[in-house]
Amino acid sequence: MANRVIEKFKALERSKQKGFIAYIAAGDPDFEVTRNLVIEFDRIGVDIVELGVPFSDPLADGVVNQRAAERALKRGATLRKVLATVRKIREVSEIPIILFTYFNPLHHMGVEQFVAEAHDCGVDGALVLDLPPEESGEYKPLMDMKGLCTVYLLAPTSTDERIDLISRHSTGFIYYVSREGVTGFQERLAGGVVSMVAKIRTRSGSPVAVGFGISTPQLASEAAAYADAVVVGSAIVKKIEECGDSPEIVQKVSPFVAALVKAVKGRK
Amino acid sequence: MLPDGGGHFGQYGGKYVPETLMTPLRELEDAYLRYKEDPDFRRELDYYLVQYAGRPTPLFFAERLTKHLGGAKVYLKREDLCHTGAHKINNTIGQALLARRMGKTRIIAETGAGQHGVATATVAALFGLECEIYMGEEDMRRQALNVFRMRLLGSKVTPVNSGSMTLKDAINEAMRDWVTNVRTTHYILGSVLGAHPYPMMVRDFQKVIGVEARRQILEKEGALPSLLIACVGGGSNSIGLFYEFLNDKEVAMIGVEAGGLGIDTGKHAARFASGELGVLQGCMSFVLQTSDGQIELTHSVSAGLDYASVGPEHSRLRDAGRVKYTNATDEEALEAFQLLSRHEGIIPALESAHAVAHAVKAAPAMKRSELVIVNLSGRGDKDVQVVSEILSKKAE
Repeated sequence: MANRVIEKFKALERSKQKGFIAYIAAGDPDFEVTRNLVIEFDRIGVDIVELGVPFSDPLADGVVNQRAAERALKRGATLRKVLATVRKIREVSEIPIILFTYFNPLHHMGVEQFVAEAHDCGVDGALVLDLPPEESGEYKPLMDMKGLCTVYLLAPTSTDERIDLISRHSTGFIYYVSREGVTGFQERLAGGVVSMVAKIRTRSGSPVAVGFGISTPQLASEAAAYADAVVVGSAIVKKIEECGDSPEIVQKVSPFVAALVKAVKGRK
Repeated sequence: MLPDGGGHFGQYGGKYVPETLMTPLRELEDAYLRYKEDPDFRRELDYYLVQYAGRPTPLFFAERLTKHLGGAKVYLKREDLCHTGAHKINNTIGQALLARRMGKTRIIAETGAGQHGVATATVAALFGLECEIYMGEEDMRRQALNVFRMRLLGSKVTPVNSGSMTLKDAINEAMRDWVTNVRTTHYILGSVLGAHPYPMMVRDFQKVIGVEARRQILEKEGALPSLLIACVGGGSNSIGLFYEFLNDKEVAMIGVEAGGLGIDTGKHAARFASGELGVLQGCMSFVLQTSDGQIELTHSVSAGLDYASVGPEHSRLRDAGRVKYTNATDEEALEAFQLLSRHEGIIPALESAHAVAHAVKAAPAMKRSELVIVNLSGRGDKDVQVVSEILSKKAE
């Protein structure tokens, strides 16, 4: 079948809508909750889900996502269990799913095996935080062969040369990191985002999603004005953290995510 | 010549970092390649290495230790006599001069044992740069004296309480800082680790150790040594000693990793004993990891060797068979720590004591006419508290 992420962006374009992408750490607090959250996100209109693969050394993540990874790992989360969870989600939902991961767990499994299993479980693509195109020699062709999206980051420090390089490598969409820094919160959007996103859109044919630090419906709405999609991560993960072991995590997190969806969709 | 243009030593090394750092790493590489051959830069670097750091360091014949071991003649390359008490200053002077030329006003660093942190705080004071050092809480406890020294030198020391609270976690935190403040800040990585160009650049700043040692042994003995011994954490003092000798086929080299409580116990930092190929903090190398690709917690009595990965060029040298790697346990290092203190009046850093521990094993089996150079990478003042605690516990 066609890739769900690519189809989703086509549909968004047809309906002249902006996309909303929700990130959560898989296995936080456990995989049952992860599955239920993703199904709920699908129900309330989230366009794409990014599932974070917990890693012991998440050097691009701020404290909120670090703690989420620690919680998940403490309960035995592994890449294989993340993949098994996606397979379970696929029994009831066709929401596009991207894995957001560091390279080592994937490399340790074997890139070829990872790609085969990810495809088999119903994953639509991956964003490997510490794997730039320069080191993607094995990964990229294998992902392409299975029709999985390879999403790459662009950052405020990226040169025109790198924008072009990443445009050639990124499939599905390009993830623009809205500021220099790690994942987390910010009060307002960093300067230069608007012009940078505009530049990427002229140089590349891919949709551009903006993320890192977007934490409120207000900021999400602002970002949706110039990007094709908006990613919110830490703010959702924080809500999950605040629930602790409550059996009502899904009910408690849902209204916040629904408000983010509304903020992004509510505009033309 | 290794590395290649992308920073690879064969399959090892590379640039496994988030996109935000790709351009800064490129700028750093460009600046480094431009200045490394620049006469003004070389002159300034040499000036500070001689007038400030105290180079060249002596190559000292350890006569009583040699007699005690009853084999090869043991020489000590006295990096412990460098200003700040370890080889780390060779690299921090070089990188600080580079940072100044790049127009950076702030420097950051990670530290394990505190030696690199002190060496960085020192050059920050020397050159008037703002400085912040990241250090694991566990290491801050083990190396309280060095924490005080860094603060005295005017640096901010920020405790890191994630993960194992040791060197690896301090590097994560320093990289997070660098990603955030990359336009004003230079990250002085302290070992031959991380993404390109660090393993190459740090090696180049440290290779002065071997350049001097090779000249000194030829002057003293008219012959090359049979064996070089150095401890390997990230691997900067060892590559610094080994590099100039790589083409001397008759010179064998041994890198000594931290054997901790013993390889069988799993509590060690011997990457070449039970590590596997992996990516940690910017480069591909041998990494201690779980079956799921999570990074293992490591253990060593010496904070400076307590790290889950190893410099990529070491992995390459191991594959090529040019350098052999072994390990020494905490116990053996503690023995060597005391042995060198009593026989030579030199208290070695616990890291360097691992190299001495291997000399204790290797020298007696060698001919008296053979020469061994042990890299005494640092002095042990910072460790006396920890060692005294361990020894008094044992005595009970």
